[in-house]
Amino acid sequence: MTQPVSPPRDDTPKLSPQAEPGSWRTVAARADVRTLSLLGVLAALILIGGITKPEEFLDTRNLQLVLTQASVIGVVTVGMTFVITSGGIDLSVGAIVALASVWATTVATQEYGFAGVLFTAVLVGVGCGLVNGMLIAYGAMVPFIATLAMLASARGLALQITDGKTQIVSIEGILELGERDSYVLGVPPLVMVFAVVTIIGWLVLNRTTFGRRTVAVGGNAEAARLAGIDVRRQRLYLYLLSGLCCGIAAFLLIVLSGSGQNTNGNLYELDAIAAAIIGGTLLSGGRGTITGSVLGVLIFTTITNIFALNNLQSDVQQIAKGAIIVAAVLVQRRTASTT
Amino acid sequence: MAPEPPLLTMSGITKSFPGVRALDGVDLDVLSGEVHCLLGQNGAGKSTLIKVLAGAHQPDDGTIGWRGEQVTLRSPIAAMRLGIATIYQELDLVEGLSVAENVYLGHELTTAGFVVRGKDARTATAALLKRLGHPEIDPARRVGELSAAQQQIVSMARALSHDVRLIVMDEPSAALDPDEVDNLFRIVGDLTAEGVAVVYISHRLEEIRRIGDRVTVLKDGRAVAGGLPAKSTPTREVVALMTGRNVEYVFPERPTLRDLPDPVLEVRGLARDGEFAPLDLTLRPGEIVGLAGLVGSGRSEILETVYGARRPSAGEVLVDGRRLKPGSVRAAVRAGLGLAPEERKAQALLMLESVTRNVSVSSMSRFSYAGWLDRSAERDAARKATRELSLRPDNPSAPVRTLSGGNQQKAVLARWLLRGCRVLLLDEPTRGVDVGARAELYAVIRRLADDGLAVLMVSSEVPEVLGLADRVLVLREGHVVHTAPAQELDEHRVLDLVMEGSPAS
Repeated sequence: MTQPVSPPRDDTPKLSPQAEPGSWRTVAARADVRTLSLLGVLAALILIGGITKPEEFLDTRNLQLVLTQASVIGVVTVGMTFVITSGGIDLSVGAIVALASVWATTVATQEYGFAGVLFTAVLVGVGCGLVNGMLIAYGAMVPFIATLAMLASARGLALQITDGKTQIVSIEGILELGERDSYVLGVPPLVMVFAVVTIIGWLVLNRTTFGRRTVAVGGNAEAARLAGIDVRRQRLYLYLLSGLCCGIAAFLLIVLSGSGQNTNGNLYELDAIAAAIIGGTLLSGGRGTITGSVLGVLIFTTITNIFALNNLQSDVQQIAKGAIIVAAVLVQRRTASTT
Repeated sequence: MAPEPPLLTMSGITKSFPGVRALDGVDLDVLSGEVHCLLGQNGAGKSTLIKVLAGAHQPDDGTIGWRGEQVTLRSPIAAMRLGIATIYQELDLVEGLSVAENVYLGHELTTAGFVVRGKDARTATAALLKRLGHPEIDPARRVGELSAAQQQIVSMARALSHDVRLIVMDEPSAALDPDEVDNLFRIVGDLTAEGVAVVYISHRLEEIRRIGDRVTVLKDGRAVAGGLPAKSTPTREVVALMTGRNVEYVFPERPTLRDLPDPVLEVRGLARDGEFAPLDLTLRPGEIVGLAGLVGSGRSEILETVYGARRPSAGEVLVDGRRLKPGSVRAAVRAGLGLAPEERKAQALLMLESVTRNVSVSSMSRFSYAGWLDRSAERDAARKATRELSLRPDNPSAPVRTLSGGNQQKAVLARWLLRGCRVLLLDEPTRGVDVGARAELYAVIRRLADDGLAVLMVSSEVPEVLGLADRVLVLREGHVVHTAPAQELDEHRVLDLVMEGSPAS
């Protein structure tokens, strides 16, 4: 015997409660809130620095120093932001910076002058990125493992090249770039490179098909594949891009330190990941913000500077960094859950 | 039929997820010692209902009575404490732990609260496994080393390690060989003889005939029939309830006079081992061809293979007479194919993104110059496509996750419309779409066909295939058992073919 238990329903189509027009505005506003809150943190830090060490902190030279220090890790973070947005991770950035910086400063390379050093640094970075990308995209390796392997090998190779010695750079043109005489309107050339990389990175992520595909692959790789996107090729390009950024950062580091060392770029991977995450890039992929990443880098560099000026040891710095990462992620989760 | 009060009474259970109402006032009552079968198509609400029963989902509305008292199942642990155990289809075992550790996971046998008595657990597990007819499973073995059937036994042993009064089994026979199914049924018989109630979910009607006492049929989140006698209700009636006609279905008219242009899609001998037998199919512009069949008949696999998402083991796909590179989605998309997959959220949509970006994702090269996106051109084109399908809300910046199921489907269709696709593959196009919004979707699909698209659709709802398609291929276990114009078929004929039709092998 059949007993129909549910009465037929009225056939009015139901709309989900959030589907009112205009709700996208709150999303846009929330993105702005995130950027604003990062700017707020940065402003608060500047205030703290200005109050605790008014003369030293607000000195032009100190601000130039902070920005210069932010440049190296900042360039790495731009590349990292792309990789994380695509749902990947690159643990090898610090090791690639080290390898590129020592390979580009060997006696043999230095014979080729400025261009030789720059070219080698970039080429080594891209080469490592190519290996990462091939392993991940076509070798179906998990990014964590592939780049962990690269981390170990590149560090080892860097040590082998230098034998643990610091390789002094003797090329005038490179050393001059780090000197005050080459500042343009008070802006160090390194900072200009950082600014250019940031602007290009922002444009590529937000205004090009490459950026769109990156977000799509990170948001839903299966959907991207079924929509006709070549997911593997995109992944290859992303690790190439990260390697390229590492090569550029290695060159900046060579200019900054006037040398190449196998210990360069130590723990850059953690700094870059942390900066991207507190900036608002989703570790699970599908959403990335270059603006946020750069603000994250500036926040971390400013903290380091303030602590150094106040003669606080690096252990305290590390603890503060950890606390900031936790706080930032908790705040983000709260904003996300109110969606 | 003893007049004892039911063990479990669920009434008016309602549960909504963003965009779709998964359960809409479902009633279910289960008696002690009976096998109560829950039937329904994919997306009918079975999984949601058992998750409510397992305490994994909280219902928006409705009450649950347990042994005469009203209860709230706040968490899986709360349900477990009452004696409700659930064996999920995707087994929730920890592969790295041993059989005994899995059985007692979460309620380990301990001394002083924390020292695990491993030996006792192994002895007790061995006894449970013996009771289940599988003494050969070693309680010390890692679960990852066991076969799927053995893992299921372990899952059952875990359920029995609690003091259970109701066991929910979600498609327990799906991974089993015939003799293993026999053993499963023996276990079910033993359990019910002890007074334990079993809620048995399956789409295999012959199983329900064999072990079921009563049947509740779910469809579109509603119980369309409750407590039917499992043994004596005619098959046709049960299947009709599952796939049955709904008064709210309104299908668009088929255009009457048509000259038939050359086929745009030809499928020749396409096959995948173990999924579907060699298939021949031609599709002409303006035509809608439907694949009808039950779950597991190879419907979705066929669509995905045509689309290149699965690599065929034999055969080829031709578009305009040109052979497609096998196993390449990109080749298929470039040739003009588009797929609206069954699992819309997992396979088609970028849930964090706006409607525009979801629509434009397959046609980005059209709005870009050397990779540089012309965003206003993109927005305008996406808006044009979504307006053509009357997607609501008419706001290209709305996040796609805020849309209803039907409008999310329209966003996927708009993606292919914008791409200029010529062959549209639709896998369960109205899955997760509210009943009221379906007629509009049917009209949209028919209009796309009238504009010259060729449509190949799959649906487990027979009336949907018959109402929308021009031509119907009936599938059973990977074989096409019948092909006919839709007008020459009726629901009963298709159901007979789907259920009993002999495969042409």
